[in-house]
Amino acid sequence: MSAYVPVLIMLVLAVATAGGMIYATTVIGPKKQFPDKMEPFECGESPIVSPKLRFNVKFYLIGLFFVIFDIEAVFVYPWAVLFKDLGLFGFIEMMVFIVILAIGLLYVWRRGALEWE
Amino acid sequence: MLTWIAGFIVLVVKLVAILFFLLMAAAYLVWVERKFLARLQLRYGPNRAGKFGLLQPLADVVKMLTKEDVVPDGADRVIFRLAPAVVAGTAFLMFAVVPLGRDLTLFGRSVPLVVTDLNVGLLFAFAMSSLGVYGIALGGWASNSKYALLGSIRGAAQMISYELSLGLSIVPIVMLAGSFSMVDIVNAQKGLPFIFVQPLAFVIFVISAMAETKRIPFDLPEAENELNAGYHTEYSGMRFGLFFLGEYVTMMVFGGLVAVLFLGGWRGPWLPPFVWLVIKILLVAVFMIWVRGTLPRVRWDQLMTIGWKALLPLALLNVIVTGALGLIMSP
Repeated sequence: MSAYVPVLIMLVLAVATAGGMIYATTVIGPKKQFPDKMEPFECGESPIVSPKLRFNVKFYLIGLFFVIFDIEAVFVYPWAVLFKDLGLFGFIEMMVFIVILAIGLLYVWRRGALEWE
Repeated sequence: MLTWIAGFIVLVVKLVAILFFLLMAAAYLVWVERKFLARLQLRYGPNRAGKFGLLQPLADVVKMLTKEDVVPDGADRVIFRLAPAVVAGTAFLMFAVVPLGRDLTLFGRSVPLVVTDLNVGLLFAFAMSSLGVYGIALGGWASNSKYALLGSIRGAAQMISYELSLGLSIVPIVMLAGSFSMVDIVNAQKGLPFIFVQPLAFVIFVISAMAETKRIPFDLPEAENELNAGYHTEYSGMRFGLFFLGEYVTMMVFGGLVAVLFLGGWRGPWLPPFVWLVIKILLVAVFMIWVRGTLPRVRWDQLMTIGWKALLPLALLNVIVTGALGLIMSP
């Protein structure tokens, strides 16, 4: 775990740097607030409808596919590290796994979930 | 106890030096980008502040620090304020695993020129890159602005899509090096940099890295002629500066990752190791800037097609071919 101590210190330093900059800007910067200025930017128009819009459901699908295929990558990583030790047996096992997921990708593709028109 | 304190001080000094280097490098990368892009477009670029505009990054920092920090009405104040720090912080942390050179000997103790040599270094870098998505998604969400929301949704979808090909493209590298530690990967390239062994992985990685850093031709999350500034439309002052800084630090980090994974890291003849690494990072960065000056922005459907239908299957195929060849060639 001692390898993570520098990461922790780096985190503290990074947060301190970012925080220091933001603190500096709040201290140095001017504070002139009036209602029109505080409106969300919409090219000079006053916003009428709420900005919490509906958006295309495909974005959710992309999120789901990401979870599936990223977990695939997570399973591939340990095999990649031990690739030389596992030899042919590990290779065939991993090929079965990758082919199953490739079929999944093909299915998603053929069903048109990756099409944006 | 005394040696422990000395070690701790050396560590902190080293980290501060690396952070300072990273900040300066990111600031001057902006200068390089503006100057180089200007010359590509037959302009002069910044040339007022100092010789060749070399003080421009400093002037920019002063300008951003003296601007008002505005939180728009209806914004989620806490998340809105935290998001830029997430983007910048994760970018800094990513650099922690990039080895900068050979071990240094200072006052009789050996100081490794890397923040930390994690045995899962590469995974750590990708994890931090993934956490950076939160900064963009939440920053745009919390802004209470339509442009920012659209930009952040696009940004999140784009970054997670290209993370797949990014993550899978490095699997052959890990297979060759047999380790996730960046130091081991550099050591594995003693004879031949991996770019010659794995050219396809290199191409996939660089394209995905450009999409992860949201640069032209993949800058849809902040496409200025559609979304003004995308997810950071509502940010001003130094909070905007942190988004900006995070973007350029990420560019430096991906330059460092490309250098370490494919170009042999700090290895090179004649020059000191650290100089080699900086040259290689700059090469990657200048390539990204050149691409920005050359290519138009892709459409959203093209972006998704490239990521899901081209890069992802190619990366999978590369894993299979590398595995098969590795088995055939090993005795």
